Amino acid sequence: MSARPPRSPAPIPFPATHQNIRHDSAPLHVAGTARYVDDMPEPPGLLHVALGQSAKAHARILSMDLSAVRTYPGVVAVLTAADIPGMNDVGPVVADDPIFAESLVEYVGQSLFAVAATTRIAARAAARLAKVTYEELPAIISIADARATDSHILPPKRVERGDPLGTLSTSPHRLSGNLAMGGQDHFYLEGQISMAIPGEDGDMHVLCSTQHPSEVQHLVARALGRPDNHVVVEVRRMGGGFGGKETQASLFAAVAALVADRTGRPAKLRLDRDDDMVMTGKRHDFEVAYDVGFDDQGRILALDIILESRCGMSTDLSGAINDRAIFHADNCYYLANVRITSYRYKTHTVSNTAFRGFGGPQGMLAIEGVVDDIAHHLGLDPLSVRRANLYGGPDRNLTPYGMKVEDFIADGLLDRLESTSSYQARRTAIAAFNAASPVLKRGIALTPVKFGISFTTSFLNQAGALIQVYSDGSVLLNHGGTEMGQGLYTKVAQVVADVFGIGLDRVRITATRTDKVPNTSATAASAGADLNGMASFNAARTIRDRLSAFIAARWGIEPSALRFANGKVMASDNIISFDDLVRQAYLARVSLSATGFYATPKIDVDKETLIGRPFYYFAYGAAVSEVVIDTLTGETKLLAVDILHDCGTSLNPVLDRGQVEGAYVQGMGWLTMEELVFDAAGRLRTHAPSTYKIPGCGDIPDHFKVDLVNQPNQEETIHRSKAVGEPPFMLAISAYHAIKAAVAASGGNGPVKLDAPATPERVLMAVRARQAGAGA
Amino acid sequence: MSVAITLTVNGAPVSLEVDPRLLLSQLLRDELGLTGTHVGCDTSQCGACTVHLDGLSVKSCAVLAVQADGADVLTIEGITGPDGALHPMQAAFREHHGLQCGFCTPGMVMGAIELARTARDLEEATIREGLEGNLCRCTGYQNIVKAVRAGAQAMREG
Repeated sequence: MSARPPRSPAPIPFPATHQNIRHDSAPLHVAGTARYVDDMPEPPGLLHVALGQSAKAHARILSMDLSAVRTYPGVVAVLTAADIPGMNDVGPVVADDPIFAESLVEYVGQSLFAVAATTRIAARAAARLAKVTYEELPAIISIADARATDSHILPPKRVERGDPLGTLSTSPHRLSGNLAMGGQDHFYLEGQISMAIPGEDGDMHVLCSTQHPSEVQHLVARALGRPDNHVVVEVRRMGGGFGGKETQASLFAAVAALVADRTGRPAKLRLDRDDDMVMTGKRHDFEVAYDVGFDDQGRILALDIILESRCGMSTDLSGAINDRAIFHADNCYYLANVRITSYRYKTHTVSNTAFRGFGGPQGMLAIEGVVDDIAHHLGLDPLSVRRANLYGGPDRNLTPYGMKVEDFIADGLLDRLESTSSYQARRTAIAAFNAASPVLKRGIALTPVKFGISFTTSFLNQAGALIQVYSDGSVLLNHGGTEMGQGLYTKVAQVVADVFGIGLDRVRITATRTDKVPNTSATAASAGADLNGMASFNAARTIRDRLSAFIAARWGIEPSALRFANGKVMASDNIISFDDLVRQAYLARVSLSATGFYATPKIDVDKETLIGRPFYYFAYGAAVSEVVIDTLTGETKLLAVDILHDCGTSLNPVLDRGQVEGAYVQGMGWLTMEELVFDAAGRLRTHAPSTYKIPGCGDIPDHFKVDLVNQPNQEETIHRSKAVGEPPFMLAISAYHAIKAAVAASGGNGPVKLDAPATPERVLMAVRARQAGAGA
Repeated sequence: MSVAITLTVNGAPVSLEVDPRLLLSQLLRDELGLTGTHVGCDTSQCGACTVHLDGLSVKSCAVLAVQADGADVLTIEGITGPDGALHPMQAAFREHHGLQCGFCTPGMVMGAIELARTARDLEEATIREGLEGNLCRCTGYQNIVKAVRAGAQAMREG
C-alpha cells in the first residue's frame, strides 16, 4: 500500500505559534498510515517473543523445567537470567527490577524467562509449558498488610512547619478522618511493544514505544554488557503513554534486545492486553488519615496528615511520586501549621509507577477530602471553605515545603467560574430538586487545581535539540521529547518555524532517536513543550544568528535590523527569500546545523528534606461538575462539566483544549469507575477491559464546556506558555466531590465517607451508611 | 491444516490459504500488510480493529479469517481515495482534532462511517450511544463527537 500522506488542504497560518494548528500526524492517523512499532514492515527472519510469568506473589523458585518450552514447534531460543551477558536489571533509579527472576519471585506476572519463536502464537503457547515449582512465602499484598508488617520500599519522609500538634489541641473545631483511593491502569490503546534489530559488531537498534528513549538505551546497553554507544533507541510515536511508558517499556525492550543479540535475528515483543495489565505498574493507590483543626469559617489552623502508598515490589519511581504527593497535599490552600508524613510501602504486587499527575492527584485528593469534610461538618458550602483557605497575600503564600507561591491565580479562577457556570443558582436548583426527589439525588462541586511544573528531581530539567537546515531551505527538526498524542511535535515545530519565519510545512518533524539527541529526560512531568520547545528555540536561534551575520555583512547593515517572516528575510530596502539566503549561506560555507540546549532556571530543592523550590511555576485550573446518583442502585451519571484552565498563553489552543478534555475524562475514570482488584493471593482480577472499565463515549455529558485562561506565564517559558499534560487531570476531583454532595443529600449529617473510585457499589454503601446513621 | 478462502479486500480480490485459527485482524495486518487496522485489546472490547464486513462494522479481532470467506471487507486504507483524498469522515476527524495518539482513530472512523449511514439522527446522544463500542484514552471524546457529526453531515450532503 502507498504510504504517501494525503496533503492538508488548509492554509498554514504565519506565525504558527498560538494558532490552532492541527496535529502534525492527523492526516496519517485518519488514513491509517501513521506507523506504530507493530506497523513497521517486519524484517526477514523476525522472531516473536513471549515471556514466562510467575504464578505466585512471593515465593522461592525451587526448580524451573523449560524442556517442553524448548522443544515446542517453532521455538528458536529460550533465555533465562543465566543468558544475560550484562546486568540482569532494568530498575530506573535503584537496581531492584530483575529482567528475569533468578531464585525469588515478588509478584504474580513477574518475568521468569523469554521464549522466541517464528510466530507469535507459538511463542505464547510455548511460554505456558514451563514447569515451575515454588516454595511459597508470606505475601504482603495490601497497604494494610504492609503497615502491619512494617514493609517499606523507601524510608518515610516528613515535611513539617509551625506547631501542628499544639495548634490541633487548641483549635475551636477538630476532626479526623480517612480516605482510600485506588490505583489506575494506563490503558494506552497501544500496548507495550519493542522490536530489536541487531547490527554489526554488537550494535543494536531498538524501535520502542517509550516516553524515555535515553533510559531504555542505557538499560538495554547495560543488559547487553556494552556501552551506551552501541544502542540506538527510536520512537516516532506512541499509541498513548500517560506515564505508563516512562520506565515500563525497558523490560520489554531489554528482552527483545537480548533475544536479538543471542540469535542474531530481529526480535519483536508485543504484549497481549491481559499480560500488559498484569505485568506493568500502575498509579499508586493511597490511604490517607488526617487530623485537622479549624475555625468557624472552616479555615484550617492545623493539619496532621498521613499519606500511605502501595509501591509494589520494587523502587521504580516511587520516591519521586510520593515526594510529589507531599508537594500537592496543600493544593491551593495555605497551611500554617502542618505535618505531612509519607509512607512508601513495599508489597508483593507489580511495581507501581508514573501515571499522569505522578502522585500529585493523590496528594490533592487528600486535602480536597479534608476541606470537603470540614464543610460538611460545619454545614457550609464547600466552596466557601475552599475560598477561606486559599493562598493569598504576603502572610499566606508559603507552601509547607518552603516555596513561595508568587503566581497565584486560583482565587480569580474560582470567582470567574462560579459566575460563568452559574454555580450558586444551580446549587439552589439542586437543593430544590433533591427535596422533591426521594430516589435520585443530585450534587455539584467546584474544585481548584494548583500543580507544580518541573521534575522534582531537579537534574532532569534539561533538554536538547538538533536542527538541520538543508541547502534547499527545508528544515529538519529533532529533539529529545517523544510524541504520544499530546501534540508535542506540532508545538515544537511551530516554535521553530517562527524563528526562521517560514511556513510550518517547511519544517520536517523526525522520530526521536538517541543517536541524534543524547542523554534526554523522559517526556513526562508535563514538561515536554517547556523543555524541548526552548531547546529547539535555542538551536534555531543559533542557526538564524549565523544566517543573520552572513546576510547583514553582505548588505552592510546591523544583524538586529533583519526580520524573518513569511518565508523572507528583510531589512529596509533589502529582501531575500529564506531559501535563497540558505543557499547563499551554504555556498559561503556557513554551518547550517546546530544543537540547542535548555536547563530550567531557578529550581533547587533538598531531596532529603524536600525544602526549597522544586517548581519553576504552577499551572492552575478549576472545574464544576454536576452529577445525579440513584440511591437504590448506587449508579451515578455525570450531567455537566464546566472548566476554566490555565495554559499561560497557549502555544496551540486546540491541542491544549484536547489535553484538558482528555485529562478530565481520564481523571473522572480514576475516581468513579476504574477499579483494580487484587485478590488475597496477589492476582489482579481486573486485567482486561471486560472487567476494568475506562470511560466510554456515553459516560460524558453533552454539557462539557472548556475555557482557557490565556494569560501569560509570569516566568520566561517558551512564548509564556504553561505546561498542560497533567494539571487538568485533577479537575476531575470535582466529579468525585459532586458525587459526595449527592450522597450527602440522601440523608444524615456530617462528612461523607466515600472511598475512590466511587463505583456504584461504594456509592450505594455510602448512601446506606448515611441513611442508617440518620435513622439512628 | 489450512483452508482456502477468497474474499474482496478494499475492492481487490484476495485468495489465500489460512490457518483456521487466523483472525481477520491478523489476515489484514500480517498477511496483507494493511496495518492501519490496529489491535488494541485483543478481546473485541476497544474497537481499534473495526473494519466493515459486507458493509457492517465488525471488530476484526473477533472474526475468523475463514468467516470472511466470500465477503467484501473494507478497511481504513480502502476509504482513502487513490489520489490520497480523504473520505469526509477522515477529513472531519482531522479538522476537528478528534484524535490525539491516533491509535484508536482508524477503528473510530470505520465505526463512525457505519453510524453515519444507519443512525436515525445526528443528535449528540445518538452519536455517543453509537460509539460506545470504540474506546479512546486520549481525547475525552468531545472532539470525536464533533468530528462524527460533521463527517456524517458531509457524507449526507456529499
